[in-house]
Amino acid sequence: MTEPSFTFDGRPVPFVAGQSVGAALMAAGIRSWRTTRVEGRLRGLFCGIGMCFDCLLVLDGRPNERACLVPADTGMRVESQEGTGHGHLAV
Amino acid sequence: MDTSRSDRVHDVVVIGGGPAGLAAAGRAAALGADVAVVDAAVMPGGQYWRQPAGDVLAGSVTHLHHGLSTYRALTGQLAGIAAGGGYYPRHSVWTVGRDESGFVVRALTGTGAGEYEVEIRGRRLVLAPGAYDRQVPFPGWDLPGVMTAGGVQALLKGHAVTAGQRVVVAGTGPFLLPVAAGLAESGATVVGVLEAASPLAWARHAGAVLRNVGKLGEGAGYARALARHRVPVRTRTAVLEASGDGVLERVTTVRLDRHGRALPGTRTTVEADTLAVGWGFTPQLELPLALGCATRVDVDGSLVCVVDDEQRSSVADVFIAGEACGVGGADLAVTEGEIAGTVAAGAAVTDRRLLRRRAALRRFAVAMHAAHPVPSAWMERLTDATVLCRCEEVTVGRAREALLLGADDARSAKLLTRPGMGWCQGRVCGYATSCLMSAWSGRPASPASMAARPVAAPLRLGTLAAADDRAPG
Repeated sequence: MTEPSFTFDGRPVPFVAGQSVGAALMAAGIRSWRTTRVEGRLRGLFCGIGMCFDCLLVLDGRPNERACLVPADTGMRVESQEGTGHGHLAV
Repeated sequence: MDTSRSDRVHDVVVIGGGPAGLAAAGRAAALGADVAVVDAAVMPGGQYWRQPAGDVLAGSVTHLHHGLSTYRALTGQLAGIAAGGGYYPRHSVWTVGRDESGFVVRALTGTGAGEYEVEIRGRRLVLAPGAYDRQVPFPGWDLPGVMTAGGVQALLKGHAVTAGQRVVVAGTGPFLLPVAAGLAESGATVVGVLEAASPLAWARHAGAVLRNVGKLGEGAGYARALARHRVPVRTRTAVLEASGDGVLERVTTVRLDRHGRALPGTRTTVEADTLAVGWGFTPQLELPLALGCATRVDVDGSLVCVVDDEQRSSVADVFIAGEACGVGGADLAVTEGEIAGTVAAGAAVTDRRLLRRRAALRRFAVAMHAAHPVPSAWMERLTDATVLCRCEEVTVGRAREALLLGADDARSAKLLTRPGMGWCQGRVCGYATSCLMSAWSGRPASPASMAARPVAAPLRLGTLAAADDRAPG
């Protein structure tokens, strides 16, 4: 049986059932997946328990999901987030 | 966006599934009350007994836990509540309203497009919201790799993931030890534990300590684990700066004098990919504040709720237990929860041992806070470029400009320069902003001004749009 996995920016990331998306990313050595709106600084997990909103990412096309809270699931499409995460709406 | 409603009115609705909430629910249910437990987490236990959601992971983290027999007894009682349809895991309460039957707890569940609202009704409430790590800013604290000590512990206990390979654990308080010990036992190299307090700080509180010898035993266990892994524990030491190219690579530390000030010529830089920091805890008060519960500033500078001897808040039929009444750890939270659950179920507390235990544990908590203060000299280690509010990317220099614009408290600073206006609503920077504005203006700190948040959990506009005229008022 193959390990369950989701994709992060197109590449597969394995996880163990029960892990959050953020935990699986950290276990895969991925430390940051967001850039801030103003300075474009890198961010990843900080509080790890849903309080700080540093770990936002794009989940199946929806921006601003907290990586530390969302349980990882097979076939999820996870993407890093730039700024507000609404860049795809720019005209 | 749908709302799920039921006509069932519980006798007691407990909000929070950590030590205090589980204890309150268990006691109330044992006394025959119809109890509901509403908890944001997937698994019961709160932050203290954080459990992985999957069976594969569950077995791998049991060695990290303390008091598991209590946890198992409490979750056994929770199973009874769940069988009666009263357990709501993964439900984030965003507000509490009232109607003719009593309280209407409004919670969100589901992810993304599948999110919906659930209303849970009850005659009495027990609030057990818990706490999260208190932070103060320092140069480089927004680099990926810098995490809260609680976040590092949550990764380990809840997901069996070590946050990094080379870790520095820093800040103050007894919580740093289990975090460091857990990392070392799980294969990470803990470069050092940096405790800002003096090693003698506890000596002045021998009475409170001796009445709680069990807690000393727990601490000694962690100390043995750290010694086994040759983890250096340095007292009167703090982080001066975190640095690296886009990610944490180095931590610069400094020795402190007895006032918590950096001693010249004592800088040291170590390589690390992870820095776990914590300066005690901040109780989560959104719901008590929204309900109008009276607060006070505790000995550790945290805003906490005022409760009477039976854990009643200032608002009728609202009980509060655990860290929201004063940060004191899981044993105190369980004791307060047992008292709150008993009284909320309409019974009297006849077991005097419960009251004596609460008194002893509160004395221990006061001693802990006195031994592990946040030395105010952290402010001297800031630069104008240091980020204060991580969400809105407000620097210390920008916040100081608010003073020139006439702000003299944290709330005015927030309105003028936006610290605390972002996603987290000041949960992370509220304490620091309040301390800084007080230090700069010479006026007393105002933690209350940064704590009020009308919405306790983030919600989508569609949820508000779908809420009808029975919205809370």
